Amino acid sequence: MSATSPAAVGRTRVVYDSTEHRSRAFEEARALWKYRGLVHELIIRDIKVRYKRSVLGIVWTMLAPLLNMVALTLVFSTILKQQITNYPVFFMAGAIFWAFFSQSTSSAAAQTQDSNEIAKRIYIPRSVFVASAVGVGLVNLALSIVPLVLILLVTGFPIHPTWAFVPVAVAIETLFAAGMGFWLFTFASRFSDIREMYLVIVQTWFFLTPIVYHPAIVPAKFRFALWLNPLYYLIQTFRKPIYDGVLPSPGLVAVSTAISLVVFVSGWIYFSNRAERFAFLS
Amino acid sequence: MPPAISVDRVSVRYRIPRERIGSLKEYAIRKMKRRLFFDEFEALRDVSLEVDAGETVGVVGRNGAGKSTLFRLIARVMPPSVGRVVVIGKVAPLLELGLGFHSELTGRENIMLQGTLLGFSRAEMRRRTPRIVEWAELEEFIDAPIRTYSTGMAARLAFSVATDVDPEILLVDEALAVGDEGFQLKCHQRIEEFRKAGKTVLFVSHALTQVRENCRRAVWIHEGRLVRDGDAVSVTELYHRWSVGESVALPQGLVEGTRT
Repeated sequence: MSATSPAAVGRTRVVYDSTEHRSRAFEEARALWKYRGLVHELIIRDIKVRYKRSVLGIVWTMLAPLLNMVALTLVFSTILKQQITNYPVFFMAGAIFWAFFSQSTSSAAAQTQDSNEIAKRIYIPRSVFVASAVGVGLVNLALSIVPLVLILLVTGFPIHPTWAFVPVAVAIETLFAAGMGFWLFTFASRFSDIREMYLVIVQTWFFLTPIVYHPAIVPAKFRFALWLNPLYYLIQTFRKPIYDGVLPSPGLVAVSTAISLVVFVSGWIYFSNRAERFAFLS
Repeated sequence: MPPAISVDRVSVRYRIPRERIGSLKEYAIRKMKRRLFFDEFEALRDVSLEVDAGETVGVVGRNGAGKSTLFRLIARVMPPSVGRVVVIGKVAPLLELGLGFHSELTGRENIMLQGTLLGFSRAEMRRRTPRIVEWAELEEFIDAPIRTYSTGMAARLAFSVATDVDPEILLVDEALAVGDEGFQLKCHQRIEEFRKAGKTVLFVSHALTQVRENCRRAVWIHEGRLVRDGDAVSVTELYHRWSVGESVALPQGLVEGTRT
């Protein structure tokens, strides 16, 4: 019986052999590609379900950052007397950057438990769930471009030609968010409190990253905190073409890309090597 | 021809912390105090089973005996701790009722979701949808949310999706216990069609009559071991006698007649 070699049974048949191990990172990538239809369906499901029974529907995604922006503009420009020209635009650009990162990563951390009920009964490459978490984040990001453009028009802020670089910045951020998502998903499969812990971390991280304030106001002796923060480079890459109307410097883009690539590749490898153990989750 | 499913001397061990440690905080504390103990729980012990293509095999055993673990191995959800599992052909598990269905989505949307969960492309599922709807007899309701469906309707839809995707190996886990007699009969017919088409069916049920009606062969799993493998009538008969408290000779090392 153990002499049964998969090669003997023809190439067209689906063969699963538990003792056969090719590169796990490669296998997971192949499986994710095969299940791309599922990623698509999960993204659709998430968005449909969220809006199906609400009156304002999809408008919510656009309204939430707007309301946030109004509140924070009041706080930071009026009360704290922070001098940033056209603060609404500065903040909105940062806010949609942040919303994408925090939503997709915390959703990836939550997927470990949420997907378990089904994934412990049928084979599904679990990377599908991280991919769909990031995908939903991207859809929301695209939607929140609308209120941002609205603010630009209302405040008479110019739409710089450097906007053309924004998709590249989003791609870099997507890599980073997905990589973090893989790390978090895998951690959360071992410890159930990762999900809650991460929510606290994200809160703190938000204030450590120059979203609501300009990096220039950070005192010199605390600058190192910015330099150690990967999201500092990413937000700069993202916001410069929108707010400053200049392209991020090649050095900045290189650093952002390098950080994101390292996080993504290491996350993917770690994740796919642990993937077999996910089924033992209770 | 090699068997469609071959499970070769397989054991599955779960490592269970003696006191359940689910949080990183607790884990760190215990690790520092060197107080981490694990128990090993063997869900399956040295199980060997071969199922030829075209066979319909019933699996009986009480709850927690290891039936679902066996199905997970075959569906490649988890790897065995020891031994080897080889499966030739596409496996489609017939999910427990409603699993993977989303109540807010319509029947049609759920077909797409369920189909892609089973690894099909969206285009493929769009092509198959009319036939699935027709078999489930849900033409009028297919664009209504599933939360408006009766249990029977949802069961028909689930069964219709799982069997329409044309697997070579179908895993049926307690899924047919619901639905009215008409539905049960329809499922029975479909499993029969499967069998005639040379497909392999594995069938878990506590309803022994269903096992006898649908399968020629049955296996009995008890405390992670495969204790009987033979024709469905005699295995279910033996299992039934054991269940009601008659003393039945089980292989050595197994406690007779203990039930919970």
